[in-house]
Amino acid sequence: MILQTLSPALTSLAEVNPLEYSGPAWSPYLVGALIGVLSMLTFYFSNKPLGASTAYARAAGMLGNLTAPHHTQRLKYFQDNPPKIGWEFMLVLGVVIGAFVAAWSGNEWTGRLLPLMWQDRFGADSGLLRVLVAFCGGGLMAFGARMAGGCTSGHGISGTLQLAIGSWIAAICFFIGGIVTAMLMYAV
Amino acid sequence: MSTTTEKPNDTAPNDTAPNDTAPNDITAPHAKNDQDKQPKPLSAAGRSLALGVLFGIVFGFLLQKGGVAKFHILIGQLLLEDFTVVKVMLSAVVVGMLGIHTLHRAEMVEFHIKPTRLASNVIGGLLFGCGFALSAYCPGTGAAALGQGNFDAIAMMVGMVAGSYVFAEASSWISRNLDPIGDKGKLTLFDFFPQNRTAVTLGSASLLVVVLIVLEFTTTR
Repeated sequence: MILQTLSPALTSLAEVNPLEYSGPAWSPYLVGALIGVLSMLTFYFSNKPLGASTAYARAAGMLGNLTAPHHTQRLKYFQDNPPKIGWEFMLVLGVVIGAFVAAWSGNEWTGRLLPLMWQDRFGADSGLLRVLVAFCGGGLMAFGARMAGGCTSGHGISGTLQLAIGSWIAAICFFIGGIVTAMLMYAV
Repeated sequence: MSTTTEKPNDTAPNDTAPNDTAPNDITAPHAKNDQDKQPKPLSAAGRSLALGVLFGIVFGFLLQKGGVAKFHILIGQLLLEDFTVVKVMLSAVVVGMLGIHTLHRAEMVEFHIKPTRLASNVIGGLLFGCGFALSAYCPGTGAAALGQGNFDAIAMMVGMVAGSYVFAEASSWISRNLDPIGDKGKLTLFDFFPQNRTAVTLGSASLLVVVLIVLEFTTTR
């Protein structure tokens, strides 16, 4: 079934140029500077660095506690990081709300399954392929983030701004892995 | 019959016990505030959660306005054609680096340094990067993408939950076999120049500003 969905998409790969699609609403330097200020605020008021990936691990642990509590509680990661609704979970919830407000205020609500650039590359009938690829991507990211100790915000912003060596190494590896994979998917 | 007769016996002491301490148990997180009659309506835990949502809303708003929740901007970065993501990240790092080190000198914040474990940082980082390109979202920007109406981000978020559980399954093996390789502890650049923390911070920030200036003049977006 997967091959059937793959084959029509893979035989008609169109060339795509990311610069042909709409750019950011605000200057990236302004947005970045404000995120820097936001990270100062989270350190000061919540004593926490900005980070998003932990929320998903907490959700996984909570679901595990519902379906297989004994097994879940035996796993080392959940023993070290007891799953509960915490600051990080609320942060990710807030991100969804904040992005909705931003998209709504800027007339940028998309309301579609397939991103335009994906659709132009893999075709309008590649919905199932996109869901599978996004799911696998999410799975790899979560595994990698937990193994490396953080994600693009936890390591890439909060860790690097504290000049942590491990965070710089992880952040650079995020981009190396990402560039190689993206080139294979979109530039070949 | 035995089970039905046992049940009331078992639950009876449990029922009476909470009744004695009911005011404390039921309102456990709020108990202190209620007893001390503090003006703050929220407990420490509630305040933390409320701040989490508030900071999240600001973060999500900025991510969307910065364009980094858009599929083609993230893929454009990984194809080295659109440098929006790196510009946002480096600007945030420069401002945050200067700000947090200033606050730390004033003893107003604590650092939260993650340990350097070379093998796990590199392998985990490369795996993350591969997933980053496949989904075209990262854990934070994916949530922002859902907020702006990209429904494929839901598949990525479900995948994140599944991948986190798979990692938990492997966590004891990884912590025994991979984490110890190149384990340097909470290593920072300050460990190489402990006397000149301000100089190291200013120097690093200046270097990143130079990178940003080069990017501004060499990239179209």
